[in-house]
Amino acid sequence: MAEFSLPANSKVHAGKAWPAPSGARRTKTFRIYRWDPDKGANPQVDSYTIDLDKTAPMVLDALIKIKNEIDPTLTFRRSCREGVCGSCAMNIDGTNTLACTKAIADCEGDVKIYPLPHMPVIKDLVPDLTQAYAQLRSVEPWLKSETPPPDRERPQSPAERQKLDGLWECILCFCCSTSCPSYWWNGDRYLGPAILLQAYRWIADTRDEATGERLDNLEDPFRLYRCHTIMNCTKTCPKGLNPAKAIGEIKKLMVARK
Amino acid sequence: MAADSKGTANPHPRPLSPHLQVYRLPMLAILSITHRATGVGLAVGTLMLVCWLVAAANGEAAFNSVNGFLGSAIGRLLLFGWSVALFFHLANGIRHLFWDAVMGFEIRSAENSGWAVIAFTAVATLLAWSIGLAVAGGN
Ligand code: HEM
Ligand code: SF4
Ligand code: SF4
Ligand code: FES
Repeated sequence: MAEFSLPANSKVHAGKAWPAPSGARRTKTFRIYRWDPDKGANPQVDSYTIDLDKTAPMVLDALIKIKNEIDPTLTFRRSCREGVCGSCAMNIDGTNTLACTKAIADCEGDVKIYPLPHMPVIKDLVPDLTQAYAQLRSVEPWLKSETPPPDRERPQSPAERQKLDGLWECILCFCCSTSCPSYWWNGDRYLGPAILLQAYRWIADTRDEATGERLDNLEDPFRLYRCHTIMNCTKTCPKGLNPAKAIGEIKKLMVARK
Repeated sequence: MAADSKGTANPHPRPLSPHLQVYRLPMLAILSITHRATGVGLAVGTLMLVCWLVAAANGEAAFNSVNGFLGSAIGRLLLFGWSVALFFHLANGIRHLFWDAVMGFEIRSAENSGWAVIAFTAVATLLAWSIGLAVAGGN
């Protein structure tokens, strides 16, 4: 049964506030979820008001500025700062997205920042992705082929290659899975949109010869069929991909092979 | 002592990050919840229908009491809710059938079909009740 409220140790309390620097003319307040594993107190929301005239345009720029100049204990993941690594996925302004590609100017009022939803928190904005990675492993995301490997590359026609468009671009940021209410309530057994899009990426690959085996692996009331086409996943994907549609394609293949 | 994923002893169990508390649900998600709510509502409403039929089979007195209740203000409100639920669930169910054929998955078309479901629900409910009330003459 789905648990709609947060467990007692997870309820969010009010936290500290850092005021605007003196002389700042254009300011913005960032309200950021904090949890310190060494203290063990409940999570809290700290607010930092910064000078936008001295901040680069993206939410990630603001986080880095806060960490460098105000509070070095603020913890978050980032690497590429250009939307290709997937590290900085978090919940900004009520939706999941990448901090490095989300413009501060697109956030109305205070910018509220939380970790990816319904995940165990390691520290501050860093969620534990262990389960998601284990689920990725379970769909065996690599090319499987029985025929002996050719001496050269395995060629594909442009039309065959096109079947992978909208799939290969996934950066496994898990914005989609952690926006999905079905994944919130059944994430231990439902694979979630990110992993199902990966599964379909290999099913759709004309060089892969394990389609039957892959579909068998997904033929399960929970692993695939907890998707109710809520579409939060597609709505939130920062790369503009369509996991809900990939899941629809898998469901259709399931019916077609009956 | 909880252990983290690497088995390291961890004195403080990890909190669960906020979900419904912070997520701004898009219109598509709200329609989806409504589909479930109306599905459950229809199931309850169908029981009501069964009561009415059983009462009808059990003679005039039983029928009159159930029928009287359905004709009362509360009864009519329930019937009204049931009809809204039926039209919404029917139209949205058809929307689901298109999705099953992998049609209409782009955000724009899913939102458009969502508005179409809402419009159909409103029009069909109004039509059904105006015809129903006209035929029954308000009885
Ligand atoms: C009185 C009649 C009906 C009752 C009692 C009923 C009840 C339900 C219930 C309880 C659910 C489960 C909701 C969920 O899991 O989210 C459901 C789902 C569904 N219903 Fe109905 N329903 C009725 C009529 C219809 C009709 C007429 C259609 C088609 C036009 C329809 C199409 C669907 C579909 C496609 C789903 C699955 C949605 C999903 O994948 O989440 N239903 N229904
Ligand atoms: S489908 Fe989009 S949101 Fe989901 S993991 Fe891939 S890039 Fe991230
Ligand atoms: S469409 Fe499926 S996977 Fe995407 S958010 Fe909805 S239930 Fe989750
Ligand atoms: S830092 Fe790499 S995606 Fe944002």
